[in-house]
Amino acid sequence: MAITDVEAFAHLTDADIENLAVELDAIRQDIEDSRGVRDSRYIRRTIAAQRALEVAGRVMLAASSRRSGWWAGTVTLGVAKIVENMEIGHNVMHGQWDWMNDPEIHSSTWEWDMSGASKHWRFTHNFMHHKYTNILGMDDDVGYGMLRVTRDQRWKPFNLGNLLFNTILALGFEWGVGLQHLELGKMYKGRDDRAATLVRVREFAGKAGRQVFKDYVAYPALTSLSPGATYKSTLTANAVANVIRNLWSNAVIFCGHFPDGAEKFTKTDMVGESKGQWYLRQMLGSANFEGGPALRFMSGNLCHQIEHHLYPDLPSNRLHEISVRVKQVCDKYDLPYTTGSFLVQYGKTWRTIAKLSLPNKYLRDTADDAPETRSERMFTELEPGFAVTDPSTGRRRGLNTAIATVRKWRRDKRAAKRQDAAA
Amino acid sequence: MAKKHIKVSANVRDTQRPTIAGAKDHPGWNALRSIAERITTPLLPDDYLHLANPLWSARELRGRVVEVRRETVDSATLVIKPGWGFSFDYQPGQYIGIGLLVDGRWRWRSYSLTSSPETSRSGARSITITVKAMPEGFLSAHLVGGVEPGTIVRLAAPQGNFVMPDPAPASVLFLTGGSGITPVMSMLRTLVRRDQITDVVHHHSAPTEADVMFGAELTELQRSQPGYELRLRSTRTQGRLDLSRLDAEVPDWRGRQTWACGPEGMLNEAERMWSAAGLAGQLYLERFAVSRAAPHGQGGTVVFAKSGKTAVADAATSLMDAGERAGVRMPFGCRMGICQSCVVSLVDGHVRDLRTGVEHEAGTRVQTCISAASGDCVLDI
Repeated sequence: MAITDVEAFAHLTDADIENLAVELDAIRQDIEDSRGVRDSRYIRRTIAAQRALEVAGRVMLAASSRRSGWWAGTVTLGVAKIVENMEIGHNVMHGQWDWMNDPEIHSSTWEWDMSGASKHWRFTHNFMHHKYTNILGMDDDVGYGMLRVTRDQRWKPFNLGNLLFNTILALGFEWGVGLQHLELGKMYKGRDDRAATLVRVREFAGKAGRQVFKDYVAYPALTSLSPGATYKSTLTANAVANVIRNLWSNAVIFCGHFPDGAEKFTKTDMVGESKGQWYLRQMLGSANFEGGPALRFMSGNLCHQIEHHLYPDLPSNRLHEISVRVKQVCDKYDLPYTTGSFLVQYGKTWRTIAKLSLPNKYLRDTADDAPETRSERMFTELEPGFAVTDPSTGRRRGLNTAIATVRKWRRDKRAAKRQDAAA
Repeated sequence: MAKKHIKVSANVRDTQRPTIAGAKDHPGWNALRSIAERITTPLLPDDYLHLANPLWSARELRGRVVEVRRETVDSATLVIKPGWGFSFDYQPGQYIGIGLLVDGRWRWRSYSLTSSPETSRSGARSITITVKAMPEGFLSAHLVGGVEPGTIVRLAAPQGNFVMPDPAPASVLFLTGGSGITPVMSMLRTLVRRDQITDVVHHHSAPTEADVMFGAELTELQRSQPGYELRLRSTRTQGRLDLSRLDAEVPDWRGRQTWACGPEGMLNEAERMWSAAGLAGQLYLERFAVSRAAPHGQGGTVVFAKSGKTAVADAATSLMDAGERAGVRMPFGCRMGICQSCVVSLVDGHVRDLRTGVEHEAGTRVQTCISAASGDCVLDI
């Protein structure tokens, strides 16, 4: 059942966690002190390039009756939308560029090219998801109210459709994100505050309406004036470009919290939580994936999900250098730093979602020691005082060692059982 | 286990929509803009156009520095060509906010316009400000010494009540000191253009004659305008002007409308003198106030401008807490500095980041949950 006591789980003392916070704060301070021309040039150029790419894609669609024109325009527009949402929109709304004091690139003014309103996103994502990261029942990003992504969530017959619902969510991800704050489930059950809901519905409808009109009415009509395009050719191109963006952003975000090793937490864990414990929860609850500069850029630097969760408001172009130092900190405290290649990490999220469409009785692992969730109870068999410096290696024995030890026992036990059966 | 549902509340601020400068003056263009916005939403057409030419945007007032003219050793005049949306109907004596990109950050200061709206409107289509480099004034030194022609600056609409009416009063006294001459220069140039110099006495003080800004132009004015009388005082040799001896210098000062701009001491003295004479209504003052951050560990009085409320807060109390205690409906979210729900504009003064100790100055937007007053400050909420 998910982590209820992050200190016990991490095999760290109060003093350790305090030191951890000091070290992580020092990284923040260094980055804040060195923000300057280089960074501001980076975001300005990114924005200019993205807008040029978008215009290029839209113009190409004036020839979308031809298959080559359609594909070129669709892919270009899809890529432009990805960059707008991930490297620009998501990061600007996090306040990563607020230090530039530019009202045009600022969290308080940015509206993104998505059906959801920025204001709602700042609530569901910046506040709820980033403050209560991976806490069951508080962070709605754990399953988005339609998926079972950890066996801590009780199985319902509805979950048999887990794979189907995940596919639908991925294809229409912008709508999932946009509707999240409306809390349709609560609305349906009549547990919502009607007045507040109405305001939100109006905000959402206004934003979504403008977006739909642009992509599915205005642009198709405009390009249909061109002899090389029809209303329908641009309409389908825009729809597919949005789907490309949806699939990619969904994949990147799922890689952040649902691959094996990204921990889940209970509400009790955050009672009286200190800064250090918050940092720890962010590190344990997030997962990175590895990639070169292109993948980093296209993921909005969210391949550095761990670093992003530690410092949601530090500029995305610096996360890569931050990751080197965060890894050192993890090593020092023997904490896991969950990462892997993109395809492997994404594959793991699908694997978990597929498995979890079944009730727990068909699953081998318990919620205390499963790939997608663990708890401090997995360590009950370890002798007390395990978390000390290993006398033979001089290294701290922390969470990594503890997990490896428990895992080894489990493997040995299973091997013994197999031998017994064979004998 | 804790209860199943924890009520989480927040008051997330609305996303601020861009404002269009000069929308009322150009209804046609603005109508066109709203149509084009249908296909550029959520952005404005301006957001694309300014990438081609930085001046093609009315979303934020912008300008291009076309010339930097040295006035004295430590002062320079910047000629700025404003972009879309700027209106030239400012009044002589007003000041303008100017934002400059330094080390990746936009920093804002206000300077008096020295150009005449008459020339700006007809033909020149540009404005000028004249800046004196202050010893501890980081931005002023940069403006005087480091700005290349072609630099793009941000502008805020001209404002201020220290203005010369049209028509001008029959007899005028200008009392200026140092860079305090800048707003008066705009007035003088305007009076010349409007041919309204009937009886102007101008008393100006500067350390030495070489320090007099616009020295040549003033001398030329004296030569060509019979109604303009210039009295220069070099304070390094002659000492400061003692206003109690004004009767000797300008015997008829009581009969004149007076505009005064210069050092704080001079202005305070003038204010006292004119009040004592029961002539406070004839004196117009302009103070170049410089607000500095309070020494570390000092709070201040926080004014919540839109709510009309005030709170006294120490240096450890967040602006959000101070506001909530004063009964202001503050926007809020995570209360730990990560969600940007609570960001508001700092109109005046300084605040300090409680996490890092970094100072934020007026003209920036701050997270109220992790900022505390550093001296008196004004928030736009």
